[in-house]
Amino acid sequence: MNKAGERLYNGLVKENPTFVLMLGMCPTLAITTSAINGLGMGLTTMVVLALSNLIISLLRNIIPNRVRIPAFIVIIASFVTVVQLLLEAYLPFLNKALGVYIPLIVVNCIILGRAESYAYSNPPIPSLFDGVGMGLGFTFALTCIGAVRELLGAGELFGFGLMPDAYEPIRIFGQAPGAFFVLAALVAVQNYIKNVRKKAGKSYEKIGSGCSEDCMNCGDKNCAKRFYDAASASEVKQTETLQKKEER
Amino acid sequence: MSELFKVSSNPHIRSKATTNGLMMAVIIALMPAAGFGIYNFGFRAAVVILVTIASTVLTEFLFGVYKWRIGSPLAVNRQQTKKSAQAADEGTEGNHSGVLKSIYGKTTITDLSAVVTGLLLALNLPVNMPLWMAALGGIFAILVVKMLFGGLGQNFMNPALAGRCFLLLSFPTAMTAFDCDTYTGATPLALLKAGEQVNPLDMFLGHTAGTIGETSVIALLLGACFLILMGVIDFKIPGSYIVTFALFVIIFGGHGFDPAYLAAQLSGGGLMLGAFFMATDYVTRPITVKGQYVFGIFLGLMTGIFRIFGPGAEGVSYAIILGNLLVPLIEKLTKPTAFGYQKGGKRHER
Repeated sequence: MNKAGERLYNGLVKENPTFVLMLGMCPTLAITTSAINGLGMGLTTMVVLALSNLIISLLRNIIPNRVRIPAFIVIIASFVTVVQLLLEAYLPFLNKALGVYIPLIVVNCIILGRAESYAYSNPPIPSLFDGVGMGLGFTFALTCIGAVRELLGAGELFGFGLMPDAYEPIRIFGQAPGAFFVLAALVAVQNYIKNVRKKAGKSYEKIGSGCSEDCMNCGDKNCAKRFYDAASASEVKQTETLQKKEER
Repeated sequence: MSELFKVSSNPHIRSKATTNGLMMAVIIALMPAAGFGIYNFGFRAAVVILVTIASTVLTEFLFGVYKWRIGSPLAVNRQQTKKSAQAADEGTEGNHSGVLKSIYGKTTITDLSAVVTGLLLALNLPVNMPLWMAALGGIFAILVVKMLFGGLGQNFMNPALAGRCFLLLSFPTAMTAFDCDTYTGATPLALLKAGEQVNPLDMFLGHTAGTIGETSVIALLLGACFLILMGVIDFKIPGSYIVTFALFVIIFGGHGFDPAYLAAQLSGGGLMLGAFFMATDYVTRPITVKGQYVFGIFLGLMTGIFRIFGPGAEGVSYAIILGNLLVPLIEKLTKPTAFGYQKGGKRHER
């Protein structure tokens, strides 16, 4: 259970797919014109992410290494089709608002990324929670961006008018450039908070979650793939120089 | 011959031009246009200009203060910046004016570039613009376009024009409401686009609707002459820009060679303001001579396409910021051959 909590925390904060990993930028920028769109897109992605992670993890010993990417795509695409049909049946307004971005979840790099780097090499239950955590992180980020853009660009929040009547909506925030401005500003804010808390002694090292080959920021000291370590690197150098001296 | 030679690192030839001096020249050159705008549109034009300038200068000042307090996150010697800030704090403790003075020295508002940005932005706004919108445009121009990219010399597009485009996209109604006490109705360019007759002489003198600083061609040309005589700008960019645009209008404008139509197109909208004061911005124009001609021709083509084939009547500001984005590419393609090298970077055979 501890492992599951760790996966959730990792997905929401430490490796937030939008604010830290900068994955899935296409839906992030395109559909966050309102908070409800962001929430809907995030939850849809979360469902697909969690289920595909679970299935890929269950099948990880059967899928041959060479054809794993096509296999992942088949699994993800099936879930996307299921989710899209469900949305069409029960939430037609959301289906209309998200439009082409629902089928495009198939090629969302967060889902493929988690399948490749976590689910394919870890047991099913942690993989499921990794998917849920990442999905929640994505939902949180998209809802934040959507809320800020809706508030500034239309003066509303979840469809309710919040701003005084005298407020003239800054329409650029509802358009494409506004998405970039808000994303950049929110990333800056969360980096600022993290920097302040890092100084207070809190660790933000990524938790040995799928390898992003970022050994400098990885807390997993016993990782077999670890190729960089400040201490061991200097040791290797020392032994090399010693060997050279002996040869002479 | 007992005197020692002075040994120093290059550059050995220095210009006496300073950033302050250049900016001051631009401000003086914009005075006729600003003055005519105030005369033409009334007292409110002066208020818009002052509010916009205040917002740009204040933004740059506050950003400078903030950067100085925390130390620039991009600076390599962050510790040093912090130490010097602390030293300045301690050194001037108990001396309030001293603290203010040291903060003032650390910010970059003394180079007057923020004033130029604010003035140019104000000249690009209609006179009835709500003041908070004008201030917002100024804040966007300085904070997002200039300071976040590293300050003067690092901005990737003209801050004043970026501010104008930000406002144009954000408040389309307020930015195109040219009705005021003196004039009602559309700008001459919009009338021209709708196929109506306009008076080119009025447009040349400036008795038309439009933004505060763009209407009077004669006032703008006066300022441009001053800048050219001072050696601040030259004819390369404005000349190639205007000639290309004129040719484009003659060929594709649908009126053939019609002097009245051509004159109206040339003196309408922000063409003169853009060509002489914005396209020639030192930071966002190409450095190479060939590149400047390419840049001017590109701007002329783009303005022509936007004005004649686009949905709107005006396209100068979009043309110039689009050109600004292509400047690194233009410079790369027009890199001159260094002395002693053949074309393509090979050394001459001895």
